[in-house]
Amino acid sequence: MATTTRLASLADLEALRKRLVQAHDPKAVSISICAGTGCRAHGSMDLFDEFRRQLEERGLEHVELRATGCHGFCERGPLVVIFPKKIFYHGVEVRHVAEIIEKTVRQGEAIESLLYKDPVTGEVCLLEDEVPFYARQQRIVFRNNGKIDPTSIEDYIAVGGYGALAKALGGMKPAGIIGEIKKSGLRGRGGAGFPTGVKWELCRKQPSEEKYIICNGDEGDPGAFMDRSIMEGDPHAVLEGMTIGAFAIGARKGFIYVRAEYPLAVSNLTCALEQSREVGLLGENILGSGFDFDVDIVRGAGAFVCGEETALMASVEGREGRPRPRPPFPVECGLWGKPTNINNVETWANVPPIIEKGSDWYASLGTAKSKGTKVFSLVGKVKNTGLIEVQMGTTLREIVYDIGGGVLKDKELKAVQTGGPSGGCIPAHLIDVPVDFEELAKAGSIMGSGGLIVMDEDTCMVDVARYFVEFLEEESCGKCTPCREGVKRMREILTRICGGEGRPGDIDLLEELAIAVKEASLCGLGSTAPNPVLTTLNYFRDEYEAHIFDKRCPAKVCKALIVYRVVPEKCTGCQRCVRACPVNAISGPRSQPHNLDQSKCIKCGACYEVCRFDAIAGDAIYVE
Amino acid sequence: MAADRVNIVIDGKRCSGLRGQTVLEVARDHGIDIPTLCHHEALTPAGSCRVCVVEVTLGKRTRTMASCVTPIEQGMKVVTDSEKIRSVRRMVVALLLARCRDLDVIKQAAKRVGLKKNPFPEEDGDCFLCGMCVRACSEIVGVGAIGFANRGPDSEVVSPFSVESSVCIGCGTCATICPARTFTLEKVFKRRSMHTTGGKRDIFRCTVCENHYTGA
Repeated sequence: MATTTRLASLADLEALRKRLVQAHDPKAVSISICAGTGCRAHGSMDLFDEFRRQLEERGLEHVELRATGCHGFCERGPLVVIFPKKIFYHGVEVRHVAEIIEKTVRQGEAIESLLYKDPVTGEVCLLEDEVPFYARQQRIVFRNNGKIDPTSIEDYIAVGGYGALAKALGGMKPAGIIGEIKKSGLRGRGGAGFPTGVKWELCRKQPSEEKYIICNGDEGDPGAFMDRSIMEGDPHAVLEGMTIGAFAIGARKGFIYVRAEYPLAVSNLTCALEQSREVGLLGENILGSGFDFDVDIVRGAGAFVCGEETALMASVEGREGRPRPRPPFPVECGLWGKPTNINNVETWANVPPIIEKGSDWYASLGTAKSKGTKVFSLVGKVKNTGLIEVQMGTTLREIVYDIGGGVLKDKELKAVQTGGPSGGCIPAHLIDVPVDFEELAKAGSIMGSGGLIVMDEDTCMVDVARYFVEFLEEESCGKCTPCREGVKRMREILTRICGGEGRPGDIDLLEELAIAVKEASLCGLGSTAPNPVLTTLNYFRDEYEAHIFDKRCPAKVCKALIVYRVVPEKCTGCQRCVRACPVNAISGPRSQPHNLDQSKCIKCGACYEVCRFDAIAGDAIYVE
Repeated sequence: MAADRVNIVIDGKRCSGLRGQTVLEVARDHGIDIPTLCHHEALTPAGSCRVCVVEVTLGKRTRTMASCVTPIEQGMKVVTDSEKIRSVRRMVVALLLARCRDLDVIKQAAKRVGLKKNPFPEEDGDCFLCGMCVRACSEIVGVGAIGFANRGPDSEVVSPFSVESSVCIGCGTCATICPARTFTLEKVFKRRSMHTTGGKRDIFRCTVCENHYTGA
């Protein structure tokens, strides 16, 4: 693409957009390959190289080939979409490239074996929008993921990018922008759901000359990758949102705090920053408006607590990432003592569409108090793992069953964990709860930043609580007593319960301790750390009791409480378990019931996993 | 200066303080004591031990707050000794005692909050991480020779990278302020030496002015 010169005015931007749009034939065939982290791990970059090589070989260099951000359907990667029809292929391998070019690119024909087949109805879906995983989503934040090359500012501008910034700088006053954000009902997507416009207004009102804005990209919940995919797939959207915010608040400097473990996000953001500076969308006198703004990237070293805003600011300043008491709040006294506005990645990415399409449009989406959409990373025991964006108010049932395709192996759903380690487990009987800030809080959990972990009948809820508490113990900064010492003691009690050494009184002690930690902790990490314990105690107390009093793990997870045993009448003597056992605890000749030597068994469960007669004749090797 | 006076109610008693003062300061000014373990009048409050928690009602909202870091606001209602606060405080002290069973300062606190039996197994730690030494070294001495290392329960006060600090002046402020007596000054023959986590520094007494100075 032609090198872009510096854009000195709003008219320059529009002229460039016009040129880019005209240069692009909307009917031309183009290939979009998902180059998100998930698909890359499946080899999508090899696929990209192979497409390029073969297109050149066949004299088809004019066919546009794009490595885009995450398409979302990570379970089925690598994903390839052929535009303009949006023919959707999943699980594409290098060996399929020639056929795709010959049939789909040249002749417009679809290759049935690569199309998505609905596992429930058996229906074959030709287009991306027909795949149930996508059909029920509404993509605002992910509007460009899958369509544009995140390393090309031209791609972003061609799809309307920086139009909202032009609108803001061209005709809106800072107060007007804040008014729009307030009216839209946008709430912080980092977890707490504070009204974004109100926060901006508070920061704007501060008398200081110097102000800062920060984009919080310190995503640390286990299994969460929403912000990562936005930063990787559409970095300019984040920058555009930040620039609009900075203009509204009166900040001239911004920071993006992103984990160093997200190398692709760091590199795509760095690339976007360089491009924006080059064309004059960052720096001095942006688009001739007289407004100056620039952004720096700060790489976090991976401490979970640095997602907490005061710890994050300490880390940006180069100090140890430990939270401090609030008040004063960052909007009054933030980075280097100056008023600072911190928003999450997803919040910033929501800003351009609101400014462009108006607050009424945005406020028409979602529920009474939670507007717009929310991105979730749908993981755990669900068929369609991936990244989804749905309107606020969509029920958990729609997310798990319609979009997620249901529970893996069609097992029974036990709970859905929302909100990461600070969140809670919502039991299956509350599956019809609409997902918004208020409803999740009522169910005892939180929206959090958007992790959704599906748990099936084989999940032990005590073990789940133990897992999250252990994570938080490691991530506690150690500053305040309740979090540092209390979370450790909660972990000790939970470990003892899972280990079959639970004592009567442990449940009461856990509850009392959990309340003290919740009430007395300094920051959000500590005050939400007991949530996994409190919600599982609330909804699954019987499992705790079974562990403590009956010395039994109902889900057959806690190793100290289970014994693997061969059921002779069901065992066909196929020897699969014999081969699977890593410690040779199982023996026996073919076609005869096998023996399991308890003294050797390490209870790894490998035999249980591989036994084929588990489904057909019940458990051949079952757990007592 | 009437505008700078703020009226609040603590345990039903009308108290007034200056804007910018904390709940703890105003309470103590009015003879209401709240237990603390990481608070020192000469240092910036850290709000880290959480023993000083109180119930604060402002408007419709009641929250548990650390009184040492909560600035007073007009109309605030504070309860320092409700059953809930007593239970939270007992739990916090129990947790500290579980870390450092031998420290007198924690044992006294346990007695004060009415902790009879510790529900947690007790360990023999010698530092309960109040952080007074770290704050004193940076705020009063102005050198910042010590800080926190590691995270969570493994946190400890050390000099950077646990090697002898090049900026420590051996003043002993950390030892003087330490409520746990983790830092100590000791006599070695006629000289005195100071043990910090950064190493050992000899201290000499000037034969003329009788003042103490650290050796090189």
